[in-house]
Amino acid sequence: MNSDAVGSATNALNSLTHVEAARWGRDLSTLLRITRMNFRHPWQVAFAMGSTIMAAILQLLIPQLLGRAVDQAQTAIGGGVAGSAAGQALWTPALLLLAVSALRGLFTMAQNYFAEAVGHHVAYELRLAYYDKIQRLSFSFHDRVHSGDLITIGMLDLQGVRMYFSTALVRVVLLTMLIGIGAYMMISIDLMLGLVALSFVPFVAWRSSTTQLRLRATWLDLYERLSVLSRVMKENLAGIRVVRAFAAQSYEMLKFDRASKTALGLANDLVDIYVPSTSAMTLSFFFAMGLVLWIGGNKLIAGEISVGTMATFLTFMTILQMPVRQIGLMVNAFARASSCGSRLFGLLDQEITIRDALEARPLEISDGTLRFHNVSFAYPNVENRAILKNLSFEARRGETIAIVGPQGSGKSTMAHLIPRFYDVTGGAITLDGQDIRNVTLESLRKAVAVVQQDAFLFTTTIENNIAYGDPWAKRQRIERAGEFAQLHNYILGLPAGYETVVGERGVSLSGGQRQRLTIARTMMLRPSVVVFDDSMAAIDAGTEQRIRAATRRFAKDRVTIIIAHRLSALLHADQILFVDNGEIVERGTHEELLAKRGRYRALYDLQARPGDSI
Amino acid sequence: MDQGPGELEAERDDGRRPPRAVVGSHRIEEEMFGRAFDKSILRRIWGFVHPYRAKVFVTIVAMLIFTGTQLLIPLIIRYAIDQGMNPVASDRSAQLAAVGAFLSAILVNFAAGYMQETLDGKIAETVLFDIRRAMFGHLQKVSLSFMDKTEVGRLMSRLQGDVNSIQEFLETSVYSLGDVALLFGIVFVMLWLDFRLGLLTLSVLPILVIVRIVWLPRARDAFMAAHETNSVVNGALAEAIHGVRTIQSMDRQQVNFILFDDRAHANLRTQLIAARYALVMVPIVDGLTGLALAAVIVVGGSMVVNSRIDVGVLVAYLFYIQRFFDPIRSLTLQYSIMQRAMASGKRLTDVLDVKIDVQDKPNAEVLSPEMDGSVEFRDVTFGYDPNRSVLKNVSFRVNPGETVALVGPSGSGKSSAMALVHRFYDVQQGQVLVGGHDVRDLTQESLGRQVAMVLQEPFLFTGTVFENIRYQKTEATRDKVMEAATAVGAHDFVMSLADGYETQLGERGDNLSLGQRQLISFARALVADAKILVLDEATANIDSYTELQIQKALIKLLEGRTGLVIAHRLATIRGADRIIVLQNGQVVATGNHDELIAMGGLYSKLYYLNYASFDDIPEHETTVQAGSQT
Repeated sequence: MNSDAVGSATNALNSLTHVEAARWGRDLSTLLRITRMNFRHPWQVAFAMGSTIMAAILQLLIPQLLGRAVDQAQTAIGGGVAGSAAGQALWTPALLLLAVSALRGLFTMAQNYFAEAVGHHVAYELRLAYYDKIQRLSFSFHDRVHSGDLITIGMLDLQGVRMYFSTALVRVVLLTMLIGIGAYMMISIDLMLGLVALSFVPFVAWRSSTTQLRLRATWLDLYERLSVLSRVMKENLAGIRVVRAFAAQSYEMLKFDRASKTALGLANDLVDIYVPSTSAMTLSFFFAMGLVLWIGGNKLIAGEISVGTMATFLTFMTILQMPVRQIGLMVNAFARASSCGSRLFGLLDQEITIRDALEARPLEISDGTLRFHNVSFAYPNVENRAILKNLSFEARRGETIAIVGPQGSGKSTMAHLIPRFYDVTGGAITLDGQDIRNVTLESLRKAVAVVQQDAFLFTTTIENNIAYGDPWAKRQRIERAGEFAQLHNYILGLPAGYETVVGERGVSLSGGQRQRLTIARTMMLRPSVVVFDDSMAAIDAGTEQRIRAATRRFAKDRVTIIIAHRLSALLHADQILFVDNGEIVERGTHEELLAKRGRYRALYDLQARPGDSI
Repeated sequence: MDQGPGELEAERDDGRRPPRAVVGSHRIEEEMFGRAFDKSILRRIWGFVHPYRAKVFVTIVAMLIFTGTQLLIPLIIRYAIDQGMNPVASDRSAQLAAVGAFLSAILVNFAAGYMQETLDGKIAETVLFDIRRAMFGHLQKVSLSFMDKTEVGRLMSRLQGDVNSIQEFLETSVYSLGDVALLFGIVFVMLWLDFRLGLLTLSVLPILVIVRIVWLPRARDAFMAAHETNSVVNGALAEAIHGVRTIQSMDRQQVNFILFDDRAHANLRTQLIAARYALVMVPIVDGLTGLALAAVIVVGGSMVVNSRIDVGVLVAYLFYIQRFFDPIRSLTLQYSIMQRAMASGKRLTDVLDVKIDVQDKPNAEVLSPEMDGSVEFRDVTFGYDPNRSVLKNVSFRVNPGETVALVGPSGSGKSSAMALVHRFYDVQQGQVLVGGHDVRDLTQESLGRQVAMVLQEPFLFTGTVFENIRYQKTEATRDKVMEAATAVGAHDFVMSLADGYETQLGERGDNLSLGQRQLISFARALVADAKILVLDEATANIDSYTELQIQKALIKLLEGRTGLVIAHRLATIRGADRIIVLQNGQVVATGNHDELIAMGGLYSKLYYLNYASFDDIPEHETTVQAGSQT
């Protein structure tokens, strides 16, 4: 029993160190990767590093120049040198100081500028890579990953990686130079006094590192809390009618206060972590300075050092104070870059599952015949739950195929397979005999258009939204698409007509109007296959009828697939497929299916006389 | 359209950006900077700080003490050098006194700094949360017409960005006072130590001030541009993430990538320009510091040589010079912070000053749950804009337990009538009575408890299914919740979710289908257990099975309650006890289905037109009929 416990504890420990080691390995490789990206701008890196070294050396010259000046003034009194000659002698250190200060400023400027430039160039490259990746990752990836997380990675994590060069790498060089050489110089001037002057360094270095890491943890916590608070407020405002309808204002205030109080508590924690630590660091610095004054004072009295040396030491200390405090920031910068970087690279390294095959060729449309050959499909991660099972059907140019069936029967999935939003897991889909997996994605998606259920509008003008798939389109064609979708008159009634801005920050459209805009958008393309994926649900029956009439003319030279609930939408289809549980259970024309008295007939009865069923 | 669209390929001209393609544009920007000093806004901000004024006072005192010790330390060093460490005439007691003074100074410095920073940081945070709470609370009460015309995003930027800039302003204000004190202190001490040397050293200050004044507006433009391009590029990224499905299905990746590259490159460029502006100050400040140091060494050094001043004074000067540019730097920054805070403060007060139209009377009554549940409109006239009435002299009564369907074309005033029952707005003329009481004489809270509403778009909150169903009655037990869910037919699908009733719903319940959300919102209304139910039926087309379920649930929901239903579906309309036909804000007919059909008016016309939903009927179909009805 006892040995078991020990054994499992050791195991746990082993696995822990294992995990730790893996983490360190990953951290290291992430940091190496960022470093490599930085070094792809070798000139800027070289300039930044060179300037850093120069700036540090120049800064370290200042205390000695000051000390020398003080000594020169001091000895002039003691040595009884003629006033004017002593005055002359002071010019040299003075001019040197002026030159050194100005040069140091220039090099610091160069150091920071080139460091920023490296970071911004890397951020620019990463941003493009990220954007490209996001655009190409397949639907199944986007289904799985929350959009908010993707935004956080693309904004905050990218910043963390950008800052790595200036806040971590350059700082390592700067701090090593300043503290290392500074300490060496002080110790070589006077060992004892040097050690005393440096006594605050270990404490401040340790304190600032631990504080920064704690601050970071608390800050991340706070960030999380603030996003909860922001969600509470946003939902309240968006759902304000529900809140009022249920007279739930006091409950909402309670929710707000709860979220707000934890956030405020954490914000105060930040102050409580930060302030004692900085105050303690300042105190320890001044304490060391006090010791220098005391011990140095004794040495001064004993004649072992000069007033100038004293001034040198005090200036050195002032110069070293900031870099020592920045050790914590530097540690934090490494930690931040490695966690941000691993998230960002994790995404950039994602494999794109749906892409062109090696020998993919552009799709060639001849007859425009779409065929499903024993198509099966299951979503990734739930492979054991087949959504579609051995589905086969064929549609020729000019034909309209209607798909009906209960919710979750797999209708939308069928629509998503044709443009390869997902790949079939069994069987094949062909267009004019070409397996859609063997043609280029670009040519396939030009040939196949899906009018989606939930219409996404871009925050831009209506005309730009309609022309989304064809941004070279002429205004006239856009208006024709608007007429087609029965939206033209409504648009003309808007204050800026087709130039009205819609979307998140523009005029808000109703669900039906959005769907009509999506239809117009799709009509701008010249698809060989067009799929209406339940895309008229929010459009009233009258308008729908008119759109249908227009569609029928449009359908002459393409394959049209309609997924819908309203039976009126299906009446004119050449073939109706009744899908349930991923299988086609009935197929035929409206009349044939009614005569069959099966599932379709039952649905028809339900819809035709809804009042009677209650 | 029949021939299909025109010549896409021919129009394409490589190298030219597509004229109608944009990514992440059309941002509506707000004014970022206001006047630096606006008395009325400062007074409002002070109103929020007022409760903490004692602490603010302590903070300022601590800050002054802190600044004092900072000024004192070089003076003590000077004393130590001149009196305590003079190799010629060393004075033990002076050395001890200097070290003692130094120790006390740094301890006081520590204590005062600690106190000032802690208090200052916490007061600013607390005030931020107070302002945000005041605004959020105010938004719970302001009229819905304000909420209708204000975008959520805009309010959110009030509640987040704007309160943050006030917080930043409050936090830095105390530091700025400290900077002013430090600046004056240094000037004073330098002049006091030696007037002429002080004057000489300080002569570089005006140079810096002039440089900053010239630099500030240009630099700010550069910073703004960098900020702007950054939010544009982030906006474009967010757009790609949200719209990725559309982008892929429209095959816009390549075009978008080129456009995004433009945006990202503009950001790179402006960021580097901004960096140049920020960094150009470094050599200027360093050069001026060097100049001041050199001047002190040459002039001060000769003064030491001539024994006009002690060497300690020289050392003290060297210390002060290294400090005195800091306050100027932070004070110019503070100027921008203040301008930003004033602009934000203006926007905040605009929200806080929105009038609350609907308020409880001082002696408002509590509506008893025992009331009869009747609803009556007496000559009600109402409009969002008082000059344009949406309802005109509308009178009707819904008896206890009765279900009345409101029908009519869109814009006929149905939704407004529904909103008035709940007193979302106040009528201009006439009265709305619930349970025999004028709604304006009742407390809103008790009225809300007795009038449950189901809105057309089922809005659910983030949280579990369980929490959503008992949204109004947070004390409802699990049994009660399950009972309600079962009654409306939601129980089965809830149980099929991953965690049953404990399943977390995504933002706005987006992991459920529309029909499912509808059923949950029904269960929510059932748990609220109000005497009166006001319901706006969903127009969206759901599949027939769910539809059937919803119809059944509706009957359950209306059982034993007074129901006022804005009906769109024939099934619902026919199931009602009575139908009120509204047109252009007036009641044009009342009766049951058969009676109205027999009357042969607008209703029968609508019915025979065979539209699935009554609001969908185009205007021209209804206007013809209007005259003959009234």
